Amino acid sequence: MELIVQGIVKAFELLLSFDPEVLGITWLSLKISGTATFISLFFGVSIGTAVALTTFPGKRLVISLINTGMGLPPVVVGLFVTIMIWRSGPLGFLEILYTPYAMIIAQAIIATPIVMGISLASIQNLPPNLRLQILALGASRMQMVWVLIKESKLPLLAAVMAGFGGVISEVGASIMVGGNIKGYSRVLTTATVMETGKGNFDIAIALGIILLILAFLVNLLLTHVQQRQRLR
Amino acid sequence: MNSIMTVQNLLVRRGGVTVLDIEEMSVEAGRVLALIGPNGAGKSTLLLTMAGLLKPDRGRIFYRGVPVDTGARRSEMRKSVSVVFQESLLLNTSVYKNVALGLMFRRLTTGDIRKNVENALAYFGISALAGRSAKTLSGGEAKRVSLARAFALKPELILLDEAFNSLDPPTRETLIDDLRHILEETKITAVLALHDREETLRMAQDVVVLADGGILQSGTTAQIFNQPASEFVAGFVGTETILEGTVRNNRNGLLEIAVADKMIEAVGDFLPGKAVFCCIRPENITVSDAPQDKSSARNVFEAKIQKIVRQAFFYKMILDCGFVVVAYITVSSCEDLRLCEGSSVAVSFKATAVHVMPRER
Repeated sequence: MELIVQGIVKAFELLLSFDPEVLGITWLSLKISGTATFISLFFGVSIGTAVALTTFPGKRLVISLINTGMGLPPVVVGLFVTIMIWRSGPLGFLEILYTPYAMIIAQAIIATPIVMGISLASIQNLPPNLRLQILALGASRMQMVWVLIKESKLPLLAAVMAGFGGVISEVGASIMVGGNIKGYSRVLTTATVMETGKGNFDIAIALGIILLILAFLVNLLLTHVQQRQRLR
Repeated sequence: MNSIMTVQNLLVRRGGVTVLDIEEMSVEAGRVLALIGPNGAGKSTLLLTMAGLLKPDRGRIFYRGVPVDTGARRSEMRKSVSVVFQESLLLNTSVYKNVALGLMFRRLTTGDIRKNVENALAYFGISALAGRSAKTLSGGEAKRVSLARAFALKPELILLDEAFNSLDPPTRETLIDDLRHILEETKITAVLALHDREETLRMAQDVVVLADGGILQSGTTAQIFNQPASEFVAGFVGTETILEGTVRNNRNGLLEIAVADKMIEAVGDFLPGKAVFCCIRPENITVSDAPQDKSSARNVFEAKIQKIVRQAFFYKMILDCGFVVVAYITVSSCEDLRLCEGSSVAVSFKATAVHVMPRER
């Protein structure tokens, strides 16, 4: 019990002293997960919408694959990305292993199916005739898709929250492809794992609290936007 | 007549099943056409195809004489055609933005958009709702907004798919009256998918009866309701008395038709011996406590009331006069005459009230 109390006290000391290392790790975590979420939003929404609005053989299989992808184990993604960007791997020439770029790629791969699955479901949940109604009003196909996406903005914000939540908290892929290099690719989750391994529970708890606060603040912001839209 | 739209040899199949098979149908400019028929008759499919939103497996659609056979022509036609679906299908934004949506797609100036939206909202009496969120509207208000959105585009042709469904009766009544008034005033051609006889009578000048994807009969509303071409159409348009008979005599177009052991006089052109149906609309049958001396009706029969069924504003009577007929009587008349089941009454109807059609053997 004493260990926990000491840890929490130390954590708040670290937080309130604005420790430069902790701030750096926090900022890097935000940059990497934010960029990955943004990338996943682009691919997830466009592919999810395309799958929802088109009919093709094997559509159910594709939807099942997307839904399965929503629960992709980060370590498997980490392993896959590592192999791809390994020096002798197919993308080895990029030389991005153990860099923040590799972490962004891995996190984007984790978040994309989450965003895709929620986008697909939200577009499919719109009234079936809405699409025809928009076309009947004279919209082009692109205009129709844009209106449908805008109409699904509430669930899409939920997709952003789920995607960001999924990647800011993952550790397996980040540690595998980022390497947890101090001042370069160390993020909140990888640092927490490392400090826990070293027995520095106070620092680990501090990092854990920051991670929770960060996730909470981002989701608070998105929830605020979402609920404002809902009430409008 | 001036056709605004014609469909020819239209075939639509879904999942290997034919849902629409129409040889030819025309929509006359400036008139209101009702597509009526039971559920699954193909009314909505036909409307979607006419709107260019559903590609037929075969056949052609002509809009103002020009075949609508390419994507570009379909898009061009859609600029002149508005569609209102059964659901209001409003976007999660203000009423104003919903009504402006189609105008924005047409890239009108902000000033023109405002003018058109304000006019359309005023037409449907919903100007006060402009700033409201579409989500907060009642069913009737939402329907008015969806109609205003369609009319704001100033279409030449408007297609309405069972637009009055799911509205409570008072709201529906008011909306039907308003829409009829607006259509009369604007002279916009309209095609309405309906399954309510009363709505059809109130709204439409022309009627197409559909069943199983095909056209059973088309014509003016009076023709369809008074001269149904088949037993099915007669039943569907509310001809409640359909009697099987055989023509016994034809005296210059005045037929004597044997029905059960009675003789009915009707107007028609059938040879003696012809098996026919005699169709009589309930509103054309008069019920009285005794035969009326001054009545000009050629058909007068004594009858017994088999059953009295209370409807919304009248009684429906099933009467046995050797054959069974159905008549409507007002509540006050029924009470004045002290009619009850088993009462003896006189039933009369004119020869011209009997629509005779051949019975296929």
